[in-house]
Amino acid sequence: MTVNGSKPKFAMYWAASCGGCEIAVLNTHEKILDVDANFDVVFWPVAMDAKYKDVEAMEDGSILLTLFNGGIRNDENEHLAKLLRRKSQIMVSFGSCACEGCIPGLANLSPVGDIVHAAYNTITTDNPNEIYPRISYDVPEGELHIPKLAKVLRPLDLVVDVDCYMPGCPPESHQIAAVIDLVIKVVKGEAELPPKGSVIGAGDSTVCDECPRARNVKSIKEFKRIQDIAPVDPDLCLLEQGIPCNGPATRSGCNARCPAVGAQCIGCYGPAEGVMDYGARLITAFSSVIDANTTEEIDRILDGIPDPTGQVYRFNLAGSLLKANRDAWKVK
Amino acid sequence: MTEKVGVYVCHCGSNIAGTVDVEDVAHWAAEKLGHQGVIIAREYKFMCSSLGQELIEKDIKELGLTRVVVAACSPHLHEKTFRIAAKNAGLNPYLVELASIREQVSWVHSDKVVATAKAKAVVSGAVSRAIQNAPLEELKVPINSNTLVVGGGIAGIQSALEIANAGFHVYLVEREPSIGGHMAQFDKTFPTLDCSACILTPRMVEAGTHPNITLLTWSEVTNVAGYVGNFHVTIKKKARFINEELCTGCGICQEKCPKKVIDDVYEAGLGYRKAVYTPFAQAVPNFPVMDKDNCTYFEKGTCKACEKFCPTGAIDFNQQDELLHIDVGNIVLATGYDLFDARRVSNYGYGRLPNVFTSLEFERLSNAAGPTNGNIVLRDGKTAPKSVGIIHCVGSRDRNFNNYCSVICCMQGLKFAHLVHERTGATVYNFYIDMRTAYKAYDEFYQRVLEEGTLFVRGKVAEVTDAARYSNEKGKLIIQTEDTLAGKQRRIPVDMVILSSGLQPRHDAKEVGKLFGISCSMDGWFTEKHPKLDPVATMTEGIYIVGCAQGPKDIPSSVAQGAAASARVLDKILQKEVALEPIKATVNKEMCSGCRICNGLCPFNAIGFLADDNVSEINPALCQGCGTCVAACPAGAISGTGFSNEQIIAQIDGLLMRNLEPA
Repeated sequence: MTVNGSKPKFAMYWAASCGGCEIAVLNTHEKILDVDANFDVVFWPVAMDAKYKDVEAMEDGSILLTLFNGGIRNDENEHLAKLLRRKSQIMVSFGSCACEGCIPGLANLSPVGDIVHAAYNTITTDNPNEIYPRISYDVPEGELHIPKLAKVLRPLDLVVDVDCYMPGCPPESHQIAAVIDLVIKVVKGEAELPPKGSVIGAGDSTVCDECPRARNVKSIKEFKRIQDIAPVDPDLCLLEQGIPCNGPATRSGCNARCPAVGAQCIGCYGPAEGVMDYGARLITAFSSVIDANTTEEIDRILDGIPDPTGQVYRFNLAGSLLKANRDAWKVK
Repeated sequence: MTEKVGVYVCHCGSNIAGTVDVEDVAHWAAEKLGHQGVIIAREYKFMCSSLGQELIEKDIKELGLTRVVVAACSPHLHEKTFRIAAKNAGLNPYLVELASIREQVSWVHSDKVVATAKAKAVVSGAVSRAIQNAPLEELKVPINSNTLVVGGGIAGIQSALEIANAGFHVYLVEREPSIGGHMAQFDKTFPTLDCSACILTPRMVEAGTHPNITLLTWSEVTNVAGYVGNFHVTIKKKARFINEELCTGCGICQEKCPKKVIDDVYEAGLGYRKAVYTPFAQAVPNFPVMDKDNCTYFEKGTCKACEKFCPTGAIDFNQQDELLHIDVGNIVLATGYDLFDARRVSNYGYGRLPNVFTSLEFERLSNAAGPTNGNIVLRDGKTAPKSVGIIHCVGSRDRNFNNYCSVICCMQGLKFAHLVHERTGATVYNFYIDMRTAYKAYDEFYQRVLEEGTLFVRGKVAEVTDAARYSNEKGKLIIQTEDTLAGKQRRIPVDMVILSSGLQPRHDAKEVGKLFGISCSMDGWFTEKHPKLDPVATMTEGIYIVGCAQGPKDIPSSVAQGAAASARVLDKILQKEVALEPIKATVNKEMCSGCRICNGLCPFNAIGFLADDNVSEINPALCQGCGTCVAACPAGAISGTGFSNEQIIAQIDGLLMRNLEPA
């Protein structure tokens, strides 16, 4: 670790994301003071003012740690990802969007034209003249640019080299705090960073491992939405109650926060260690425990999951083995 | 690269070489997959020949090959051959990988350029996969010497007797009250006109009294677990309401039972039986069965005539279904056929026109022990027909119903013609599409029936009707048919029509197949392992199929198959132990979260749950490597030996040519 006597530099950036990851970092409460005490925060648009040109002016590799959240949706995201990669020694793919595309990745199911059309023709949007944003626009002061949307959203590691992955939507604050502690120890030479490509700030098994609910042999006759079940058995596995809970395929690390309080896991911590394709794993697992003898019955039970893609690929579509991050759309 | 890979491309005569440029594939593999470790790539006319195998053995020894890829036929055919060759040369047999470039390439393509490119991809995938293969050791387990035979028709009886006579125990399960099957319903058998009962009943008695046969009639298999050598079978012994220990089979209960019921099964609806009954006089065993649905006592709570008169007090109205658990090493399925339902050919009028009969009805009519004492009469029970039309191929060779030929119907139709002639002197017409009398002494029988004066009309019958057009048709059934030899349409009035109905798979064949882990053909017959070379074995080791369960066939073929399967079973029993494929699933305990999704899925009950550790566990002796749990595990914590993610992904990468020498 190059420290050069002074405090190591820290950066955090948001690409295509909601901002929740930043809030989660701030949500570490007083731990944020440790960041300030140990690091020189050089770039963090949500927390402090900084200009891209300041980053461009930095020496390559001069930032020790960059937490990059958000997927790569437009050319600005891509530019910043490449810039920060060049300037940073440790590039952490931070949060579900950067790791696997997350909710913005679901837009990969539609061509860009459809996405823009949908965004500017919502029920509450009055757009009679079909006015859409333009990439560039001439004004008296000169030419204005806005970032150009890519055809698909890509996870960070498809654009730049990534050192570590930190999953979660957003990562749990206690996990962020632990990672901050780890990096501080690494800086002080008291610990080693895990090997490149490792997942940090999460467990190695699945949400079920941390879930307090009782589990039995499963046999599902009907899938239901949680709001349609009253009351939900507080002690029994949600999946066994017919609620499609994604816990069995989802990486542990969140302390089974959702199922513990009676809401099904939606999979925000991404695929568990042994899972190559999250959605495929889940749908085969669900399918294998449904109790049906005829194809009609199978259809009826599976129809209880009204949006299978949203159910099993809510976070992982862009990062899936199916490569829904590929440019599959022929745009006119 | 640490592995040394040899690639062997087979011509298979012209089977592969006719469509795939095998020399090009071999050269390409040596050149483009060299960096993967391919140090030798050869092509040869027949890799499976002893010379071909020697080629591989020699290379293993001399070049020190650590992986062998044979691009030839499907692994079903020759994987074992090449694994043995590898073993002979000192290489672990599981380091051999087969690339199917015959079934999956040359046989399904005609364009040589495309086929050659695909063959390269398949070879490339196999090489990448082979590198990931690990040496595996077979697990040997003892074989249980008991055998289960399901179905007590002639095929099942034959099979059971052969095994029992060799000194091993057999459980013979039959769902009807008596063994005997369809053959017990026939009067005569073609072509020799032997009395069916006379030749069958001695076998039935032998099976019923054999010290090595446990006969379980009125019973059905409800569950099968385990694998070859070690099947665990659950059999439901349905309540007979008769204490078999006490019953002597005297028949007084049947005599005294006041309730008459139409016998749809044995008498094909033509005769009656009592509510407590044995289906026929020579039934084995001769204990009767109480038909609960029709018994007056069960319906109304009073009667018990049978109980009052039973001299040994064998009637037991409180008997319950019983579940028996048995362990067997091999299973023979002889579940037979259903008769094609002639009602479906509505233009032939069966069920609507009283004097249209099915073949099974005619068998009962002509049977001396049948409802008419062997008198061939019309539905009124007394009038002898003066003219009879026999229609062949009913429900068979007809794209509206079944495409296949039911094999037995031509000979059956000829037999009927002979019997009608012999017993009534009526004029007999046979309506056929093609006369199929292959096999020993069959065509001679056809000649005999011709000489007896039966009239043959070649053509498909359009309709059987009672709507007379001419005076000579009044009160008759008119057969409207094309006569392809005379080149015209004909209307032939007759008194009686017999439909030579085809054979169909059992209505529950699919469920039975699922129960025993075997598959059915498109038509619904059980699928044999190889249509020519392995007709009684199935893809599930230890499960054999005989008789009409495998496809339509006559009595001699059914008997031959029954005996053939027994030879296969005895072969297994005498080996005393069976080597289990080392393809097994294992749970990575670190990754398993105990979600228990896999727990209920194993068809072999190999998965247990360790509550203390909160993980699932697989018993390797029970695991058959089917992969169900591997696919289902949401955490990816279960891996299948021989089918690991690494192997499969490597194979896919290879297929997609991502493993080539960088340019």
